[in-house]
Amino acid sequence: MDIVVLIKQVPDSSEVKLDPKTGHLLREGIGAIMNPDDRHALEAAVRLKEAHGGRIVVLSMGPAQAIDVVSEAIGMGADEAVLLSDSAFAGADTWATSSTLGKAIEKIGKYDLIICGRQAIDGDTAQIGPQVAEYLGLPQVTYVFDIEAVTDGTVVVKKRLEDGYEKVQCDLPALLTVIAEVNRTRYPAIGNLIDACGEQAPITIWNAADIGVMTCDVGLAGSLTHVIRTFAPKGGRQTQMLEGDTGTVVRTLLEKLRENHLVLTDSGVLSAECREGKLS
Amino acid sequence: MTVWVEADLCNGCRRCLKACPYGAIEFSGEKASVLERCTSCGACIEVCRQSAMKSDIRPRSVPDFSDRKGIWVFAEQRNGQLAHGALELLGKARQLAAELGEDVCALLLGHGVSQLAETLIRYGARTVYLAEHEALADYRTLPYTDVLEDLIERHRPGILLMSATHIGRDLAPRLSRRVGAGLTADCTDLEVDPDEKILLQTRPAFGGNVMATIVNRYSRPQMATVRPGVMEAHQRPGNEGRVVTTPVSIHEKSIAAKLLGAVREKKDAVKLCEAKVIVAGGRGVGDAGGFRVLEELAEIVNGAVAGTRVAVEEGWISADRQVGQTGQSVRPELYIACGISGAIQHRAGMLNSRYVVAINKDPRAPIFQVADWGIRGDLREVVPELVRQLKSEVRQA
Ligand SMILES: Cc1cc2nc3c(=O)[nH]c(=O)nc-3n(C[C@H](O)[C@H](O)[C@H](O)COP(=O)(O)OP(=O)(O)OC[C@H]3O[C@@H](n4cnc5c(N)ncnc54)[C@H](O)[C@@H]3O)c2cc1C
Ligand SMILES: Cc1cc2nc3c(=O)[nH]c(=O)nc-3n(C[C@H](O)[C@H](O)[C@H](O)COP(=O)(O)OP(=O)(O)OC[C@H]3O[C@@H](n4cnc5c(N)ncnc54)[C@H](O)[C@@H]3O)c2cc1C
Repeated sequence: MDIVVLIKQVPDSSEVKLDPKTGHLLREGIGAIMNPDDRHALEAAVRLKEAHGGRIVVLSMGPAQAIDVVSEAIGMGADEAVLLSDSAFAGADTWATSSTLGKAIEKIGKYDLIICGRQAIDGDTAQIGPQVAEYLGLPQVTYVFDIEAVTDGTVVVKKRLEDGYEKVQCDLPALLTVIAEVNRTRYPAIGNLIDACGEQAPITIWNAADIGVMTCDVGLAGSLTHVIRTFAPKGGRQTQMLEGDTGTVVRTLLEKLRENHLVLTDSGVLSAECREGKLS
Repeated sequence: MTVWVEADLCNGCRRCLKACPYGAIEFSGEKASVLERCTSCGACIEVCRQSAMKSDIRPRSVPDFSDRKGIWVFAEQRNGQLAHGALELLGKARQLAAELGEDVCALLLGHGVSQLAETLIRYGARTVYLAEHEALADYRTLPYTDVLEDLIERHRPGILLMSATHIGRDLAPRLSRRVGAGLTADCTDLEVDPDEKILLQTRPAFGGNVMATIVNRYSRPQMATVRPGVMEAHQRPGNEGRVVTTPVSIHEKSIAAKLLGAVREKKDAVKLCEAKVIVAGGRGVGDAGGFRVLEELAEIVNGAVAGTRVAVEEGWISADRQVGQTGQSVRPELYIACGISGAIQHRAGMLNSRYVVAINKDPRAPIFQVADWGIRGDLREVVPELVRQLKSEVRQA
């Protein structure tokens, strides 16, 4: 069972904010972590390896400091790591990212399974998994929360739906995207971590030339979508604070709602538009 | 590739600072400079009116897409039931179509689903492409991709919208890679750029802390997934449409994934997206018993109960009632937030509510910033009082 795991280094997202005055992304002092779903992807790979043998290669595209997450991955049980790092890769959308990762996986060559996270917490698109699968011509199963069995060239998994789940049998090689529910992750073993940071660490760094891509096909230059503007989410409404004792504020509130044609007890809410028949 | 500033041209307007998605521009005095974390994304170059931002990024020419016409909506259905998101997309598509002077088509795939075409037309589709086959009965990635690829190649649409549901987020990226199109994820707003006539696609990123507007200039169709619950569905009773049946040939063998079984976990799936009133609770509700009072209120006003991630994690409400970034997006007429602080990830799911009432004992809670009416107080007093007054109103009527 040879497995490639895709991992991304991401900012500790819950802390990323825009400066409300400048609209500037405030990233100062924000730590970088392994994308949470990817930690589960790696854990799933390690468990499959423990059960079936084989090798795990982790692959990450990112700036030089992304070496931290690939080292951590080796600490968690990956055998080898490849870091794709080149200034030509910068600014990639998911099209260019999936081409780059796909090319690198072709170069890695031998695999039965590719596992990635469902979604990265910064870009948040959840597009990379299916796009890499298509690039490589592999079947995909997304939203996987249980890897039940690997037998006879197939994998049996459960995938989450909004209102339940499906059990799917998929031919190998295949690509899976996993969600956090799939397992509980382990802490990296200290001994492994020390090795992962040493001179002999099994980490290879590839640039654009190493994987044989032209710089016009990767990074910003190879992207099909472009971010043209970023801004802070709009919040503001004209908030009116209602004052008085409980009985009074509730009475005022109901008056306000009525003034705005929200009649609560008349079989639900009827707004002005509903009355005029504009809403269905 | 690098980006640099021609200092003589820079007039210190700071447009680049605002535009940079990566915080890679700094001002020392009145001149911009580019920091190391620049990814050469080019956002600053686009906004600079002085042409002071320079780069060695080669300009790309935009191909001629004048033959790409039509706004397509993927009409997601499961077990013969249309996803509400599909109807919402039709509502938005009609609005875009009016601005672009183009037509709206819906794509309906499945087995024995032709009766749904009528609904799609009633909600605004002018053409319904219907593809029926046994192998399309349940959604599976590859046969659905094959059929849609074929339709796109033959009819060459300009825009393709899908709901950002589990199916949409499985299918859209696969299809985009197949047909060579860029794809914007999980949009909450779509507009037409008045000059370029391309789609301006706005979406949250970084866990909802940042909104980004994205364009799809170099490929067609312009593909986007749209978060369910943020657009409005509109019936158009007079709308006339036609159904075009497309031939499908699928080899069961070429389908690498086999469905072994499906389990639906809730019989009465909660339709928060269709509720007119939502009574939502957070940590401040205190316990499951506290939610019973919220339920009572919801019952009187014929609404639905929802809550924050904390309320779900505490086990007070089921996960399908979570509103927010990782839950559902809702747009009721009235959203009553009880004991909810209003974290950005929660607000992301309820911002489109028509009116918002917030009840919280902390006057600085951010939920008040997005409320029309705020009540500073203990929800354990306010909510029962609301129930009492509403009940007496009913009695009087
Ligand atoms: C504000 C903003 C909005 C954006 N919106 C879009 C958009 O709508 N459409 C678009 O095409 N691009 C978009 N991008 C670009 C996109 O974030 C990048 O292409 C990114 O490299 C991959 O997308 P993601 O982070 O969404 O990954 P996801 O698709 O969410 O990641 C899923 C999984 O893929 C794997 N993976 C992802 N990236 C890497 C990597 N670099 N190395 C190894 N494994 C990886 C991981 O296993 C991860 O869990 C946006 C970028 C920004 C800054
Ligand atoms: C990646 C990510 C995704 C997330 N997705 C979601 C999501 O989809 N949805 C979501 O909701 N959250 C989400 N969260 C969590 C979110 O950040 C907040 O932690 C959460 O919304 C807070 O829930 P809360 O308002 O119930 O609790 P708290 O923030 O603890 O707020 C409780 C509030 O109740 C008030 N209160 C207490 N007692 C009373 C009383 N007796 N009467 C009146 N008021 C009282 C307090 O003043 C306080 O304001 C996400 C977080 C991350 C990092």
